[in-house]
Amino acid sequence: MIAAAHSMYNGSSAPVSAIPELPLDRFLETIMDATGHGWRVIAYFGLPRGVATPLYCLLAEDAEGRLAAMRTVCEGDCLPSLTPACPQLHLFEREIAEQCGLAIEGHPWFKPVRFHRSWVPGRDAWQRPADDPLTVGVMEFFQVAGDEVHEVAVGPVHAGIIEPGHFRFQCHGEEVFHLEISLGFQHRGIERRLIGGPDLKTLRQMEVVAGDTTIGHALAHCMLMETLGQVKVPPRAQVLRGIALELERLANHTGDIGAIAGDTGYLPTASFCGRIRGDILNMTAVLCGSRFGRGVVTPGGTVFDLDAARCDDLLKRLQAVRRDLTDAVELMRSTPSVMARLEGTGTVSREVALELGLVGPAARASGLKRDVRVDHPFGIYRMTHLPLATGFHGDVCARAAVRWQEAEKSLDFVEEQLQQIPTGGHRTDSCPLAANQLAVALTEGWRGEVCHVVLTDDQGRFVRYKIVDPSFHNWQGLAMALRGQQISDFPLCNKSFNLSYCGSDL
Amino acid sequence: MIDIIIHCTVALLLPPLLLGVITKTKAAFAGRIGAPLLQSYYDIFKLFRKGSVFSTTTTWVFRAGPLVTLAATVTAALLVPLGRHNAPLSFDGDMVLFAYLFGLGRFFTTAAALDTGSSFEGMGAAREVTFSCLAEPTLFIALITLARMSGSLRLSTILTYPSPGLWLATGASMLLLVAALFIILLAENCRIPFDDPTTHLELTMIHEVMVLDHSGPAFGVILYSAALKLLVLGAVFVNVALPVSTGDSLEDWGLFVVAMLALAVGIGVVESVMARLRLLRIPQLLVGATILSAFGMLLVLR
Repeated sequence: MIAAAHSMYNGSSAPVSAIPELPLDRFLETIMDATGHGWRVIAYFGLPRGVATPLYCLLAEDAEGRLAAMRTVCEGDCLPSLTPACPQLHLFEREIAEQCGLAIEGHPWFKPVRFHRSWVPGRDAWQRPADDPLTVGVMEFFQVAGDEVHEVAVGPVHAGIIEPGHFRFQCHGEEVFHLEISLGFQHRGIERRLIGGPDLKTLRQMEVVAGDTTIGHALAHCMLMETLGQVKVPPRAQVLRGIALELERLANHTGDIGAIAGDTGYLPTASFCGRIRGDILNMTAVLCGSRFGRGVVTPGGTVFDLDAARCDDLLKRLQAVRRDLTDAVELMRSTPSVMARLEGTGTVSREVALELGLVGPAARASGLKRDVRVDHPFGIYRMTHLPLATGFHGDVCARAAVRWQEAEKSLDFVEEQLQQIPTGGHRTDSCPLAANQLAVALTEGWRGEVCHVVLTDDQGRFVRYKIVDPSFHNWQGLAMALRGQQISDFPLCNKSFNLSYCGSDL
Repeated sequence: MIDIIIHCTVALLLPPLLLGVITKTKAAFAGRIGAPLLQSYYDIFKLFRKGSVFSTTTTWVFRAGPLVTLAATVTAALLVPLGRHNAPLSFDGDMVLFAYLFGLGRFFTTAAALDTGSSFEGMGAAREVTFSCLAEPTLFIALITLARMSGSLRLSTILTYPSPGLWLATGASMLLLVAALFIILLAENCRIPFDDPTTHLELTMIHEVMVLDHSGPAFGVILYSAALKLLVLGAVFVNVALPVSTGDSLEDWGLFVVAMLALAVGIGVVESVMARLRLLRIPQLLVGATILSAFGMLLVLR
């Protein structure tokens, strides 16, 4: 069945005309059939266009590194839901409904995602009146009734310095029966702004899709620009990009391990990791002048080159980081009270992770072998093989352990690459974008798979730019992790996922 | 007379310093400089200079909560002997009043928390009463055991009775009591492994979450009462664990203050080397403490 779709690979483009336009029922059947055979949906979106809505679906198959694209046209105001049989589409369908104004027929939990007006004037999936202010988070939440059942609402304003999001718990005493997460407070309309691009602002906007995944998102965007512009990236730039991406992963994983320790009340590791994360951010600053990697990558290569003196400086700093980080993590792992707190908390089984289509460390901690760097290698990862870190138990402990293993691998990778940076240029000039193309790029950000898809018009301008942040796949995983857990364990579970609000809200 | 003045001065001024010592110890373990030793005093003074915000849904119960807790804790501080000195207030049977003054304070704190109608505070109040009803028997059994040894129901006699000689005679029993009292000290003062006083996560808190809605002077009173409670229960612990007397009253006062500061360092060390318990496990540890104190009593009664 998947043969009906157009076969692609990571970082490639194809003329839109080459992507088969299937009848709607066949399109949906193909999605069902493919997801039943180990494919997963990496992007599913519509082109909000008035009466008939073109829909695109991109699927990935990890064992052989294949991607597939197909499209259809949905006539009318209704799209049949696949969510009951294929839960990983849950949020994608709600997003299509909200953007294109299509009602999703048979969706089990049909509500807005980000609380904005449809992109098609006058068309609304929920028939909300035009003067409805659409307040974010105002909706019917799932409710549990009965004796001793109580409801706890957390957010959108939180005690810590974190992004806004609303969490609604249905509890029985201390036990959580159900958690519903309502986001949308950070919606900035990035996808809509990108229509008609690219322009000078585009790369800056890509860097702040999720501020902590600057390099992951900017890299995916640059890969699209490069395949559309037929630009070849010099090997030196590929290595520098790899180093930047791994430093980003290293900094965030270190911060997360520290935050997990902090949430158990174990302050030594929390303090050490906070400091070490700063050291790693400073290494990124050595690379490009920005601690968060703003302005590292640009279409065609990197903005800055790395001279030998700074390369030696980075190697020295890396050794100090490796020593300190190993000590800090060993300290935590050798403290029984911390490990007892982490083990068995917030378990997501392999089956649930598979059904929800989780990505990144959260998926790997549940035993899924999913890593874009390995499955759909891009850039330097085509040359260098990175070992895959997986866990089995799917609990907070496994997610922390996967982070630490990945951090170790990243340390090895950065050290190895710093010693063998190829000579040559670090940047190729960019070219105008090809017209009427569909291009797809996947990168493995520190949270997991970052997916960018673009469609260009006959002048090579963006008709539609779809961004899928790993958080978009994983938020439901956090909700499931809380089932049957103690409500007091929520902060710990939340930290172990550490998902992005703005990446999901776009 | 001098003893009474020193007693009141120590009870008034020392408590916030204990919190500062704990924070400094934890910072040292984490490789940080940490907040100044006197930070708790600055915090309390700052809060007293501020205004208060009261939710319109609250009643007089909410305002009474911090004051009743302060009054109860101050009375308890006048009942407990600090070091080898008799307390300013004492009468036969004051140990029962002592134990239930904390109960009174807790009742009003939880009532004030419930008065806000917030789901967080309700959760905190439920946790607080669940755990404190498990902690109460331990304190009682420990006091009864000491009352039996000293043959008195007067707190000043009970707590000044332990001596190095008593430790030699009934060492096993005393050791069990000290262990149980230390666990209760940590539990009653919301320290790790029971509660995390430094966390900002409402869902995990026990004590802190109950006082979220208090602000300004009322919150300052709560902070001071909590510090005073640490001093009072710490004094009970120190009197049992370190029953030495130099014979000179002033030197004894010095010894007591040093012992309290050492205890604060000890609490800081405990908080640095272990994580918080999962909420489900807390009752097990509290029941464990009750069993320890019960064995201590058995050894005395046999």
